[in-house]
Amino acid sequence: MSMILGVPVAVLFGQLLLGIINGAFYALLSLGLAVIFGLLKIINFAHGAMYMMGAMATVIMFDALGINYWVALFVAPVIVGCFGMAIEYFLLRRIAGQDHIYSLLLTFGVALMIQGILTNIYGVSGMRYSMPELFQGGFKLDFMYLPYYRAWVILMALLVCFGTWFMIEKTKLGAYLRAGTEDAQLMQGFGINVPLLVSLTYGFGVMLAAFAGVLAAPIYSVNPVMGSNILIVVFAVVVIGGMGSIAGAIITGLLMGVIEGLTKVFYPEFSSAVIFLVMVIVLLIRPSGLFGKEA
Amino acid sequence: MGNPVDQTDIQKSMLEDMKADRRRKNILNLVLLALLLVAPAVVYPVFLMKILCFALFAVAFNLLLGFTGLLSFGHAAFLAAGGYTTGYLLSTYSGFTTEMGIIAGTLAATVLGALFAVVAIRRQGIYFAMITLALAQLVYFGFVQAPFTGGEDGMHGIPRGYLFGFIDLENNLAMYYFVLAVFLGGYLLVQRVVGSPFGQVLKAIKQNEPRAVSLGYNVNQYKVLAFVMSAGLAGLAGSVKTVVFQLASLNDAHWHMSGEVILMTLLGGTGTLLGPVFGATFVVNLEYQLSQGPLGDWVDPILGGIFVLTVIAFQSGIVGEIQKFVKKNLG
Repeated sequence: MSMILGVPVAVLFGQLLLGIINGAFYALLSLGLAVIFGLLKIINFAHGAMYMMGAMATVIMFDALGINYWVALFVAPVIVGCFGMAIEYFLLRRIAGQDHIYSLLLTFGVALMIQGILTNIYGVSGMRYSMPELFQGGFKLDFMYLPYYRAWVILMALLVCFGTWFMIEKTKLGAYLRAGTEDAQLMQGFGINVPLLVSLTYGFGVMLAAFAGVLAAPIYSVNPVMGSNILIVVFAVVVIGGMGSIAGAIITGLLMGVIEGLTKVFYPEFSSAVIFLVMVIVLLIRPSGLFGKEA
Repeated sequence: MGNPVDQTDIQKSMLEDMKADRRRKNILNLVLLALLLVAPAVVYPVFLMKILCFALFAVAFNLLLGFTGLLSFGHAAFLAAGGYTTGYLLSTYSGFTTEMGIIAGTLAATVLGALFAVVAIRRQGIYFAMITLALAQLVYFGFVQAPFTGGEDGMHGIPRGYLFGFIDLENNLAMYYFVLAVFLGGYLLVQRVVGSPFGQVLKAIKQNEPRAVSLGYNVNQYKVLAFVMSAGLAGLAGSVKTVVFQLASLNDAHWHMSGEVILMTLLGGTGTLLGPVFGATFVVNLEYQLSQGPLGDWVDPILGGIFVLTVIAFQSGIVGEIQKFVKKNLG
């Protein structure tokens, strides 16, 4: 078998693939955070909890109602998105305009509640979710094996990421969103319902998280605490990329996944820490992040 | 320009207000001190010590959040660094007296705090919070992997030892008064720092950082110093806590703990000296009461609910609201 740097090619590519998958999740999650922060200046600590709710909803809907993966792919994000909009409407709206720290603390409290309540109901041990029939098996490439589902995850993540970027940067709706956050009063004067726009934006960011959760359900262990650890990693990703740009969040997410995957090949013990180390280095060299604009 | 006579009148009345305020505070502090001195006659000393350790932790944290305006989401790292260092030294080297172990733990946390500060200070606001959180997670992984921490099991059976070589700390009362002394030392230090010219600059940074910069203050230097001090005191709290309970575990390093100290401070009242003490007392009590009852599993959601409520309904916290009330009705 051929080797690269003393590592079998199959192992290297295998880990690289896992890295890209993880990176796809980081990208989706940091994209949602960036959308919410960039447009609302809210740092959503409940993002991990929303991701978890997406995954949990998929499993629970299947177990209780027999709702299959394809339906869940649309329904779960919508449910969680509505839940997010309710949180925005009843809680976050009350502290709008205050120091950003308060939105962080508020959403942290919300995350604790959601996670705690679901833990009490479902326990912390993982729930099983079987992969849809269609995705059994995979492509046999000559240097590696690519399961269909993993290819699907990468494809969907890239598609959704691109779609989001396109919508915010290139469409009229996106222009309204950006303008509404720039000068809400003026937009209101033009007859745009800004509070609704804010709710929708938060809901959309949350939907992205929940969508990532549905994608994660068949391959990761689904449990109430699955969101909290990944969230801290995603925070680091966001610091590395700088929250200034949507595209930056996507690229950084994928990149960090790959770096993590490669670390797993060469120095496995260190793989869970490497992203945080990258963050430290980036901060020391370029404090505003790789894609950040502000100082 | 007003009449000079008026001005001195105003100054006089302001001075008198301040004096009355200080008198009230002194009386309150003396009453609280008296309560703390006799408390072990009524309440189980170990429980009191737990409260004092967390109160010191929260007071240390508040130096940063309340008086400098920096939200650290990684203070658990310092609590744990202090605890693990002290625990390791006391259980490995029999020659170490307890106070030496505690000093070493405090120093370890201080050094760690300096490392955090140098990195985190480069960004402000919520980025600062996220960076400290990420750094603390890095430290957490370090503690999981490190050979001396006992990984998931933690350290157990750490000897309390003899203070200064002759006071037996296995005696709960002796231990209590030692912890009380440490707590008071830390509290008075923070009080002194906040009231000093240094503390005034910190407040200026909190209120308007760009202005503090334009006034010629080296803002970053002040922030780093405040951070290091806060980290050191948090480490001291962790060290003492480890001696009291004779164990050090990953719980102290988890981000959950960083969240808890924020809640204690926020609930008690940020920017007040006594607030974190009340907040810590409240949270530790609440957790204990809940764990005794049928709601034992619901601690997390209830804490989360209190978090939400505090942020939405009363951001100045318990002590802050009382202060407002007193100012309105007595001032």
